[in-house]
Amino acid sequence: MEILIAFGLAILLAWPLGRYMAVVMQGRASRLDIVFAPVERLIYRWLRVDPARGMDWRSYAAAFLGSNVALFVLAFTVFMTQAWLPLNPDGVPNMSWHTALHTTMSFLTNTDQQHYSGQAQLSYLAQMTGIVTLQMLSPVMGLAALVAVLRGIVGGLNVAQAREGEPRDLGNYWADMTRATLRILLPLCLVLSLALTWQGVPATFGGAHHAVPVDSAAGMASQTIPVGPVSPMVAIKQLGTNGGGWYGPNSAVPLENPTPLSNLLEVVSIPLLPMACIFMAGAFVGRRRFTALIFAVMGTLCIALTTLAVTSEQHPNAAAHGIVADAPNMEGKEQRLGPVDSALWAALTTQVNNGSVNAMHDSMNPGTGLATMSAMLINMVWGGIGCGLLGFLIYMWITAFVCGLMTGRTPEVFGRKLETREIKLLSALLVLQPIVLLGLTAIALSVPSITGNSNPAFHGLSQVFYEYTSAYANNGSGFAGLSSGTVWWDMSCFVVLALGRFPAILIPLAVAGSLAAKRAAPAGNGTLRVETPTFGFAMLAVIVLFALLSFMPVLVLGPIGEWLSLAAPSIR
Amino acid sequence: MNSRNYYLEDDGIDVEPSVHGIPGTLSSDSAARRPSVVWPSIAFAVVFIVICGLLYPLVATLAGHALFPAQAEGSLLRSQGRVVGSALVAQPFVSDRYLSPRPSAAGYDTLTMAGSNLAPSNPDLRKAISERAAAVALREGIAPSAVPVDLVTVSGSSIDPDISPAAADVQVARIARARGISPDQVRAAVAASTRQPTFGVLGQARVNVLEANLALDRATP
Repeated sequence: MEILIAFGLAILLAWPLGRYMAVVMQGRASRLDIVFAPVERLIYRWLRVDPARGMDWRSYAAAFLGSNVALFVLAFTVFMTQAWLPLNPDGVPNMSWHTALHTTMSFLTNTDQQHYSGQAQLSYLAQMTGIVTLQMLSPVMGLAALVAVLRGIVGGLNVAQAREGEPRDLGNYWADMTRATLRILLPLCLVLSLALTWQGVPATFGGAHHAVPVDSAAGMASQTIPVGPVSPMVAIKQLGTNGGGWYGPNSAVPLENPTPLSNLLEVVSIPLLPMACIFMAGAFVGRRRFTALIFAVMGTLCIALTTLAVTSEQHPNAAAHGIVADAPNMEGKEQRLGPVDSALWAALTTQVNNGSVNAMHDSMNPGTGLATMSAMLINMVWGGIGCGLLGFLIYMWITAFVCGLMTGRTPEVFGRKLETREIKLLSALLVLQPIVLLGLTAIALSVPSITGNSNPAFHGLSQVFYEYTSAYANNGSGFAGLSSGTVWWDMSCFVVLALGRFPAILIPLAVAGSLAAKRAAPAGNGTLRVETPTFGFAMLAVIVLFALLSFMPVLVLGPIGEWLSLAAPSIR
Repeated sequence: MNSRNYYLEDDGIDVEPSVHGIPGTLSSDSAARRPSVVWPSIAFAVVFIVICGLLYPLVATLAGHALFPAQAEGSLLRSQGRVVGSALVAQPFVSDRYLSPRPSAAGYDTLTMAGSNLAPSNPDLRKAISERAAAVALREGIAPSAVPVDLVTVSGSSIDPDISPAAADVQVARIARARGISPDQVRAAVAASTRQPTFGVLGQARVNVLEANLALDRATP
C-alpha cells in the first residue's frame, strides 16, 4: 500500500515537473523569466560567457571538466581548513588529507559516499559550502550532459544548417547549468526543506544542545543533541540523487527523518527528478513513444528488484529466528518506519544512484543485499539525474548494435548509423566496470588487514564488493561495517569514484557528438524500430547479460552464498 | 505530453529570444578558437558556492526556524525548566520505574551513533540477540519467545526514540510494581505517547519512550 502511494506520488509529480524541465532546458520563454532572467544575465556577465553561443561536444566536455576542477579545488580547500574558518560552533578539527580528497571526489561525482561522520567531522560552513554546493551542482551536471546528448541524437541544435560531418551545436554548458540550478533544483529544495523542518528536521545556526537525561541511574550525565542547518542539506541530498546525510547513519537518524510522513517525502524525492528526466526526454526528442519505452524497461526492472527487496525483509532475521517471536527483520531498522518502508527505500536508493539510507543495509537479509547490489550494477533503473538516462542510452545503443547484427541490418538509432568508432567507445565503457570492480575487490580481499570487515565469510566479501560497486555506481550507500576512513579505502574509492563518473558522462557525449554529425537516413521498412515491445525485451536481455552475468561469480560468493548458507545452516 | 518538436523544425517554433540563439553559427568559430574555460570555471565555482552553499542554506534555515521554531532546534523536551532530551533522540533508561528503549550499539551517544552493522549470518549477532532476549525475559517475567523483536535488535541510528506497543506492553507490569501504581495507570501514560501509522498506512505504530517516561514521572512523582 505504502509502496503504491510512493510510486503513484512520484510519477504524478514527475510528469508536470518533466514538462517544466523541458521548457527550462530548451530555453523557451516562461512567466518565470521576470524573476530568473535578470539573475541569470548577471551570472553570465560575471562568467564572461555568451549563453546563446553553442558548443560542440568537445567544448561542452571541456567546460564540464573545467568546472569540475575548479569546484574540486575550492571544496578540498574548505575541508582542509574548516577549523580556522567561521561557522564552526562545535570546534571541529580539519579533515585528514585522504578523507578530504575522498570526500571532495565523492560529492563532486554525485556519489556522497561518506568515510566520515558529519556531526563530528564537518563544521557548519564545510557542510554548507563544501557539501551542499557539490550536492546541488553535481546532479545538474548530469542533467546538463543528458540534455546535450539528447540534442545530439537528433542532430544538434544546428541540424538544419550544418552539413554532414560538421560539428554540431549541443547547447551552452554554462547556460544549461545556470538555468537548471536556479529554475529547477533550488525552488524544489526550498519547498522540501521547509516541509522537513515542519516534521522535525533541525534548521538552526546555533550549536548543539546538551541535555541532562532523566534516569540518573543510567550513568549518562549529559547527552549531546546535535543540530545545525540540517534541513536544507537533507532536502538536496534526497532530491539531487546525492545521499550524503548530515549525520553518520543518514536518514535512519530520527533528527534527519523524524516521522513516517517525512519518510514518504524523502523516499518520493529519490526517484522524482530521474523520472522527470524521462518525461523531459520525450518532449526533447519529440517522441512520446520514446518515453514509453524508457518507462517500460526501467519499470520492469524496478518492479522485479523492489519486490525482491520488500519480500526479503518480511522474513525474520536469521540471527533472531527461533530466539524471539518470528517477526520481520528489525536489526538496523527504525521502529517508526519498519521493514516495508526500509526495504522500499533500500530498493529505490540503489536503483536511483541516491545512496541515502533509512536502515542499515549491512544488517538486511541476503535477498535484499542481492537486490541492492544488482540495482547498483545496472545503475540505470531510473538512475542518477541525467546519468540514469545516459546509462539507458548506452544500453539502447548496444542493443541496437546487437539487434542489427542479428537481423543483418545496419544498426542505427533515430536514423543515425552506429559505426566502429561509437561501438569502440561504448565497449570500453562496458568493460571498464568489471575490470575496476572485480580487480579492486580481489586486491582488497587478498590483504585482509586493510579491509577491516565487521562480518565474516560470505558477508565479508559482500561488504567489500558493495563498497566498490557503490562507489563506481556513484551511489554512495554502504555496508557500513567497514573501517572506511583509512588511506586504503579513501584512495582506492577515490579512483573508483572518478572512473565511475567521468567516462560515463564523457563517452555518451562523444558518441552523441559523433552521431549528430551524421546524415540522418529516413525511416523505411528496413529500419530497426527501437520504440517497440520487441526491442524493449531485447534491451532487458542485454542489460541482464552485461550488468549481472559478468558479476555472477561474485554475487554467488556474496549474497547468494550467504542466503543459501542461512537456508541450510549445515553447510556453514 | 508535449509532442511539439522544437529542434527538428527548420523555422523554429518559438519566436522569443532563446538562450541557444542562432543556429548555424557554430561551425564558423568553434574550430578556429575555442572559448576559454579557465575563467568561466573559476567564476562559476565561486558564484554557485555563494548561491547554493551560502544563500540557499541561509534562506531555508532562517525560514524554517521562523515558521517552526521548536522543530528547528531539535524537538527538545523540558522538565522543570531543564532540557532533558529530544523527542527524537533515545536516551538510556535502566531503572525499573521506566520504560526501556531499544538497545544501542553506541551507548546512545549521538556523536558516535551507528547501527550494529552485523549481518544476519554473523554469529556475533545471534549471540547478542539471544543474550538480550534472555535478559528481557528474566526482567519482565515472560518467555523469551514472547519478547518483541524490536527490544532485542539495534536500530539503524542506535538512537531510535520509539518502541513498538507490544514492547511497551511487556514492561507495564514491572513499572507498575516499581512505582506502586496500577498497570492501568502505566498503560494510560503509554497510550498518551503512542502514535498510530500516519493516515493509517505510513510507518508503524510506536511509543515514544522519553515522552512516556516523562508522563509517568508527572503522574507519580
